[in-house]
Amino acid sequence: MNKSANERINEAFINGKAFIPFFTCGDPSLEATGKLVRAAVENGADLIELGIPFSDPTAEGPVIQGANLRALQGGVTTDKIFDFVRDLRKDVKIPLVFMTYANVVFSYGAEKFIRTCKEIGIDGLILPDLPFEEKEEFAPICKEFDVALVSLIAPTSEHRIAMIAKEAEGFLYIVSSLGVTGTRSEITTDLDSIVKVVRENTDIPCAIGFGISTPEQAKKMSKLADGVIVGSAIMKIIGEYGEDSVSYVADYVKSMKQGVKKAIS
Amino acid sequence: MADKKGRFGVHGGRYIPETLMNAVIELEEAYNRYKDDPEFNRELTELLNEYAGRPSRLYYAEKLTQKLGGAKIYLKREDLNHTGSHKINNVLGQALLAKKMGKTRLIAETGAGQHGVATATAAALLDMECVVFMGEEDTKRQALNVYRMRLLGAEVIPVTSGTATLKDAVSEAMREWTSRIEDTHYCLGSVMGPHPFPTIVRDFQAVISRESRAQILEKEGRLPDAVIACVGGGSNAIGSFYHFIDDKDVRLVGCEAAGRGIDTFETAATVNTGRLGIFHGMKSYFCQDEFGQIAPVYSISAGLDYPGIGPEHAYLHDIGRAEYVPVTDEEAVDAFEFLSRTEGIIPAIESAHAVAHAMKLAPTMDKNQIIVITISGRGDKDCAAIARYRGEDINE
Repeated sequence: MNKSANERINEAFINGKAFIPFFTCGDPSLEATGKLVRAAVENGADLIELGIPFSDPTAEGPVIQGANLRALQGGVTTDKIFDFVRDLRKDVKIPLVFMTYANVVFSYGAEKFIRTCKEIGIDGLILPDLPFEEKEEFAPICKEFDVALVSLIAPTSEHRIAMIAKEAEGFLYIVSSLGVTGTRSEITTDLDSIVKVVRENTDIPCAIGFGISTPEQAKKMSKLADGVIVGSAIMKIIGEYGEDSVSYVADYVKSMKQGVKKAIS
Repeated sequence: MADKKGRFGVHGGRYIPETLMNAVIELEEAYNRYKDDPEFNRELTELLNEYAGRPSRLYYAEKLTQKLGGAKIYLKREDLNHTGSHKINNVLGQALLAKKMGKTRLIAETGAGQHGVATATAAALLDMECVVFMGEEDTKRQALNVYRMRLLGAEVIPVTSGTATLKDAVSEAMREWTSRIEDTHYCLGSVMGPHPFPTIVRDFQAVISRESRAQILEKEGRLPDAVIACVGGGSNAIGSFYHFIDDKDVRLVGCEAAGRGIDTFETAATVNTGRLGIFHGMKSYFCQDEFGQIAPVYSISAGLDYPGIGPEHAYLHDIGRAEYVPVTDEEAVDAFEFLSRTEGIIPAIESAHAVAHAMKLAPTMDKNQIIVITISGRGDKDCAAIARYRGEDINE
């Protein structure tokens, strides 16, 4: 024990390429999220991204916006999600990171929020509205409590890539396309060049997210990077099947993990 | 003044997705290059004067003054600008800047529709494409403005997410900007959002107080005792305050929309009911719950129906330089009717919030004191809604 957050997160990437599913906590209910996460782990997920819903998720497309709204309408709160993770950690051993918006952390009290993350076994924190220039808002506290503050790199980052990569913690989240989250039939960004600059500047693993939905895309993307992140495609299944979505999501995760595995064969 | 990172005290900053970072940095660099450029300023001044009808009048409201029986009241008539509100000041500046940056497309959010109409107008004039995001709820409240925007060649996209009002229109415009940056400038309508927007919009709106300060000195030979303006995001208010900030004897009063009252949940009075948070690219005060979820705010005024306030206002509040007072729907509607009957000036329901506070303040002041109220827009757009509020259904 007593591994650092970076070491714990890195373990998700050492047995081949990582498959990282995203779940909005509390859509349709926290009980369902618990079952979904466990099913994802059984079917090959290497790291789980847990979304704490926010009323106005400006980086999300319609699918995850809908998931956020449903979760909040169902009465989910930050405190209830902390309790949920405590329970999850009784048997879920793979790395867990939170994805939410800066105000959810700020409003709770950044120190109290991040200290609680550490206590309940959250390894990292992704805040899409906290760019490099503003990370001092939370980075010193994350360091103090050893929670990795994950940075994002976008198709428009250009000369910023090296600067961001040099200070990266946990893993780097490479945004595949312009725009908000949501599935895309085609990803046209020159990700090769982005990953190349990342590699020159850090040993931290990098995962590609935004727009990935098919095993074929998962294979293609994980050839370029160390893993793939999939959110909207999963939340779409959950939106459609609700409490009955566990078996569908389990099958989906399995097929995506297969796709990721093919990247190294 | 904001510091280099766009901070007004603790407020401001740029809390936005990485995808937008280079776009706002590029905007900041372009703004710094052009803001003191004589050619740019000559073009902008010509547009403001010849096209938008500036300078706007500072009108002595003699009858209003007599009826209220206290301080002498002047109205800064931004309602007389082309397109009917102060919004055109900022839009002409930003559209011209965007054009210089090689952008061919403007996107904007709008609440009451005034900023959308102004943006659609500038786009038509400068041959740019224009897309306006407007909460679906507001497209119903302000149907006339939706028609005006379409008439001007803009595409109006009704936003159905969240509460389908101004904050959701901002969110949707930000989402659109992340998906199309190369040819698109986000023409933000208020002194909010990520740095450099609060500074850019403030500078373009500062023309209001640059004029009113000179005008009152010419008419009265002295500065006013109070300047009053309505505050949603706060663009007309910061413009009205800006050149008086160093004049410590001039009271600066921002009027927030209290909706059905600050002791109810149906309010949009951010300074009076909100707390510090991070949203829409900035740190400032926001109406929110204990877990930081943004509150679904309410006001009769679609233009003030926003859960936040610009970072410079939050700072002026913190240091005690400006005061922010709540004004209810009922008070604003009374003022809307009162100014119409007294002076023959129908103010925007937004501006009526400022008039309502002046109606409380003026009688407590001496006859030799002076109040300047900014009439940020004209009220034609609100007539149907006010009629409905009074229980009368009229056809627009």
